[in-house]
Amino acid sequence: MAFLEVKDLRKNFGDTNVLKGVSFEMDKGEVVSVIGSSGNGKTTLLRCLNFLETPDGGSITVDGACIFPVETTDKKKSTNSSTKFGMVFQNFNLFPQYNALTNVTLAMNLREERALKERKVKGTEKKRLLKEAKAKNEEVAKALLTRVGLGDKMANYPCELSGGQQQRVAIARALAMSPDILCFDEPTSALDPELTGEVLKVIKGLIDEDRTIIIVTHEMGFARNVSDKIIFMADGVIEEMGTPEQIFDHPRSEKTKAFLAKTDE
Amino acid sequence: MEFFTVTQSLLEGFAVTCLLFVLTLVLAVPLGLLISFCTMSKVKAVKGTFKVIVWVIRGVPLMLQLFIVYYLPGMLSPTGLNPFGQLDNFLYFELGIDNGGALIATLIAFVINYAAYFSEIFRGGIESISKGQYEAGQVLGMTKGQIFSKVVLMQVIKRIIPPMSNEIITLVKDTALARVIGVIEIIKVADMFASKAIIWPLFYTGAFYLLFVGLLSLLFNFIEKKLSYYKV
Ligand SMILES: Nc1ncnc2c1ncn2[C@@H]1O[C@H](COP(=O)(O)OP(=O)(O)OP(=O)(O)O)[C@@H](O)[C@H]1O
Ligand SMILES: [Mg+2]
Repeated sequence: MAFLEVKDLRKNFGDTNVLKGVSFEMDKGEVVSVIGSSGNGKTTLLRCLNFLETPDGGSITVDGACIFPVETTDKKKSTNSSTKFGMVFQNFNLFPQYNALTNVTLAMNLREERALKERKVKGTEKKRLLKEAKAKNEEVAKALLTRVGLGDKMANYPCELSGGQQQRVAIARALAMSPDILCFDEPTSALDPELTGEVLKVIKGLIDEDRTIIIVTHEMGFARNVSDKIIFMADGVIEEMGTPEQIFDHPRSEKTKAFLAKTDE
Repeated sequence: MEFFTVTQSLLEGFAVTCLLFVLTLVLAVPLGLLISFCTMSKVKAVKGTFKVIVWVIRGVPLMLQLFIVYYLPGMLSPTGLNPFGQLDNFLYFELGIDNGGALIATLIAFVINYAAYFSEIFRGGIESISKGQYEAGQVLGMTKGQIFSKVVLMQVIKRIIPPMSNEIITLVKDTALARVIGVIEIIKVADMFASKAIIWPLFYTGAFYLLFVGLLSLLFNFIEKKLSYYKV
């Protein structure tokens, strides 16, 4: 059984069917790139995986556990399962009032608070455990920020960072929750061309670590170099799927050929 | 009339002005937040009702609202007695507080009126925060409450400080309206001198307002500076 199984995923916005039955599988440690022209539902697919949109049909299974549709209406369950996925947004969405370090630690610390509350730990015991956890989380965050090359920018606020630096903080922030599958939605599209390199380098580093990654991108060269599998989306369905060689060198579908011809220009 | 005694009388009136200001502010902020949530409610009936309420409150002069709050309960009561007048008597004879009923009526009208204005500022502030901020919190596993308190709130506060400071400064001066239902605030005190043909205390009250508003402006500048380390 594959690590991630998406079956017949559907999503409508009113009358527009954006996803008309998307099915694919990926194994742990695989890198899947999603390509396709604008408005074909690539972002919507990632948003459904991350529960930012509720699919209208189909199923999502991670590591044998069905996370959509969930049988229980238990709200806590569905929020827990959503952290199986991590998401890096096109426009970073860092929290402007926190510095780089706190952007990374915030969600970790809040997760700790929720866990302690669930275990009904109270008073000084809670304070002590929280303090310990926070110290640990800070170390984790510092290591992550150093990894993305921002060891010297931890105290800086988002408005003091370049786009590329902000996106690298966002990557560290997503990694901090140790998601099983990390999703990138056009992580370099909002960046000046000279800044895309530093972000792609960081993503390449994650890929070399055998992380499971889904990346929506218009960077064809990058997709070709790093992906195990390419998904070409057109009109809300997967038009063609295969290895980079299959898709880029021997596309079978006319739509794929037309799209690649356009991006080659 | 001696400068010193006038100052002393005006200060007494100004204490009432300040009391009205502080109590209105403290009560109208939470009420305004509540109203803003109602005007953003997903339940259409709640949203519609509160939008109409806000429209009415912002559409009618505050002075008229003072009259309505002060006189309407008496007109509707079967005894025909004004409850605020009775409250006045009660507070005066039992606790020695003068004009308590009118002060409470004023407070009710002011709190409702300012809560309506504040609610629109809060709504604007909350709605101006990009969807991406909520979504970032959500994919990081935060609960709705955590997203509001840890992610959104500080950004909203930063956004609403300029419009809030405007509104709060207006409130300082609106307190002067309370005299129409008999609250003895600073202008009323000066007016009592004027009725004895001593006009200058009326002009003198301006100094009190200016000083107070000046201090408030300094405070708001300070807060804005404190929050200038991030951009939203
Ligand atoms: N919240 C929404 N409400 C209505 N329509 C939406 C919504 N979100 C997306 N859509 C529509 O769904 C379609 C697919 O959008 P999506 O953002 O998934 O495309 P995309 O493949 O990511 O495009 P791009 O390459 O431009 O990012 C578009 O036609 C878009 O207008
Ligand atoms: Mg997109």
